[in-house]
Amino acid sequence: MSKRLFALLSVLIIASMALAACGAGGGEAATLKIVSSLPMTGASLTQTQTIVNAMTLRLEQAGGKACNGKYTVTYEAWDDASAALGKWDPAVETENANKAAADPSIIAYLGTFNSGAAKLSIPILNAAGPLVMISPANTYPGLTHAATGLTEANEPDVYYPSGTRNYARVAATDDLQGPVAVNFMVSQGVKTVYILDDQEVYGKGVADSVNQAAVAAGITVIAQEGFDPKAADYKALMTKISTSNDGAAPDAVYLGAIVDNNAAQVLKDKVAIMGDNQTVKFIGPDGIFTAALIEGAGADVAEGVFATTPGLALKDLGDAGKKFYADYAAKYEETKEPYAILGYDTMSAALKAIEDVCAAGGNPTDRAAINAAVFAIKDFEGALGTWSFNADGDVTLPYFVVGQVQGGAYADYGTFTP
Amino acid sequence: MKSTLQKFARPVIAIITIYLVLLLGPIAALDIPIIAASIAKNPSQLLQFLIIGLANGAIIAIIALGYTMVYGIIELINFAHGDVYMIGVFTALTTLSLTGTLTSQDPARIGLGIFIALIVSIAVSATLNATIERLAYKRLRNAPRLAPLISAIGMSFIVENIGLIWAGQSWLVPSFGTTGGGSQKEFPDLLSRMFVNMNMDPNLLANTGWGLRFTIKDLLVIVLAGVLMIGLRLFVQRTKLGKAMRATAQNRDAAKMLGIDIDWVITATFLIGGGLAGAAGLMAGLYNNTAWWFMGFRAGLQSFTAAVLGGIGNITGAMLGGFLIGLLAAFSDGYLNARWTNAWVFATLVLILLFRPTGLLGEQTGQKV
Repeated sequence: MSKRLFALLSVLIIASMALAACGAGGGEAATLKIVSSLPMTGASLTQTQTIVNAMTLRLEQAGGKACNGKYTVTYEAWDDASAALGKWDPAVETENANKAAADPSIIAYLGTFNSGAAKLSIPILNAAGPLVMISPANTYPGLTHAATGLTEANEPDVYYPSGTRNYARVAATDDLQGPVAVNFMVSQGVKTVYILDDQEVYGKGVADSVNQAAVAAGITVIAQEGFDPKAADYKALMTKISTSNDGAAPDAVYLGAIVDNNAAQVLKDKVAIMGDNQTVKFIGPDGIFTAALIEGAGADVAEGVFATTPGLALKDLGDAGKKFYADYAAKYEETKEPYAILGYDTMSAALKAIEDVCAAGGNPTDRAAINAAVFAIKDFEGALGTWSFNADGDVTLPYFVVGQVQGGAYADYGTFTP
Repeated sequence: MKSTLQKFARPVIAIITIYLVLLLGPIAALDIPIIAASIAKNPSQLLQFLIIGLANGAIIAIIALGYTMVYGIIELINFAHGDVYMIGVFTALTTLSLTGTLTSQDPARIGLGIFIALIVSIAVSATLNATIERLAYKRLRNAPRLAPLISAIGMSFIVENIGLIWAGQSWLVPSFGTTGGGSQKEFPDLLSRMFVNMNMDPNLLANTGWGLRFTIKDLLVIVLAGVLMIGLRLFVQRTKLGKAMRATAQNRDAAKMLGIDIDWVITATFLIGGGLAGAAGLMAGLYNNTAWWFMGFRAGLQSFTAAVLGGIGNITGAMLGGFLIGLLAAFSDGYLNARWTNAWVFATLVLILLFRPTGLLGEQTGQKV
């Protein structure tokens, strides 16, 4: 290497180090950054857009400031899906987590939407401070606690290599959602069920939970089968199911899947082969509790579909919850997507942690302090009601909404607990 | 030494394969006694899976023709082809919406609308495919083979994103709704509606008592696919342009020396391949009742597999491969476990390529187009 080139390189390196130091020093005092990582390319956008809107709304209500105006809080919505997959992409989620870990101004990571994605980003952020992660939507139990028969033996510790917990969620988990769905099926007179899953962490997890709870409740599970989420149709599969119950169709088909994984096509072929959702009931989890399913299948085909989702039915919400939906409708447009309110409380939790750190005389740019403050949230008056995070990071709200498609939209059927 | 090795290689591979199938089969749900029992219990279901497999296979076969024709002429795998098919679905749906067919109850009007949609989606997909060739492949015709391959992947992403934007335009098709371009869209079941409004049962075998479903949709897909395939075969074998295509496929330089306009032949190949993809788009829309910006990816993968299975460059092979994959998938969904369907399809591809490296019917260079 020539001397001149060497000198030039040295100058560049020194300059960039100096700049980096400036950046860390200068940005620290003024701005706190919160990011979300949710799939915003693909059908889940219907759900995630309302989460992002609710988060933006919550931050706006706080005036974009924290600690009596000492800090400016900014929010960026990151996309963890790719056009190549048409849904959340493991590579993009990992990239997002690494990007967040490397940016010292980021003090909270709100996400993910898909439990499989959370599996990837929790350990990365765990080693970065830890940087706290709050999910509005993950329901796979193994991320926070063990559940017999539903989680792996090394879960959840495998996600927290540093030993400190850094992941909390405002959505109730699938070890509760399964029993809720099963209790509901029992109340609808379902005796036999055929369970399908999309072979993802979330879809298979919730299907496993339903399977377990159904057996316990005395419902006959004919089979649980994974389906190919990109197949052109499922007519052959549905033909098989149509005679699987001793030559007849089962009382219900349960679909553990997200809407990106061809849920509308599964529903369509189920109706084409086995008849409408009165004849053979069609029940799913929060992944299909979205208008995208109805648009994909058509209102006639989707009529009568049941779905469960964490949260409370509109009529069971307190004043704070009703106010949220009113504020949301005033700023955007009226929404029935059940995740919106969970997104709102997720942002609330992050902002509360910042305020709590300031109130205790701490430094809100310290990721570890924010993380500890999130886990210390107790009896918080959120839009969902009064809730706390327990030591595992789970929310203390075991409520689920059951919705039914009526006239082209999900209508609340009521709030249920396991 | 080498020849002895080769002599023994095939039986050894065969024995290993049989061993693996017996060993892994039950894990992957290939439980022969259970399958035999369920066939004996409900033999008509076997026919039902055959019908479903044939209809799905017909759509795959039609798309596969586009892959194989292009490969035959310029030895390029046109990765954007699956997405041209997807555009065909959206063109058909948009045409049906703009002509008022989607909301119409009048059987004659629905029939006319479908016919117009067929013509329009063939025209749009053909033009799109030829445009892609002009933009992305023509300049790279003499470049190293990897260059057009990469630009094909790039075109695939561009067309996919066009679909993503298109699916969000609810002013074109009101039923696209408010959830944006990412979600699946309903392609209304027009054929069944047409039949119901003519007081006929969409299931043509409804009154036979056999318990089988052979609907007007299955019939249309299979008949239309058959007509297109026979038409293409006659075109390639009998017409002057077909002859020019075969000549170009055999030896491009020699064909050029004999005065064949190579550029026009290649454009025509892309036009025909794209047109077939457009027709397949309408067929798939009417059959599966879904329009989805992502549907071209899987359809493209399956059709490409079908083309390779039958012997890439070989038209009859592509049809055979398409039907084979459709049937395999239907039987695997039906008698095995849907979780393993793709594994079985691709394991079959690997097996066939092990014993016939050029595909079922081989790369017929003389006839490849």
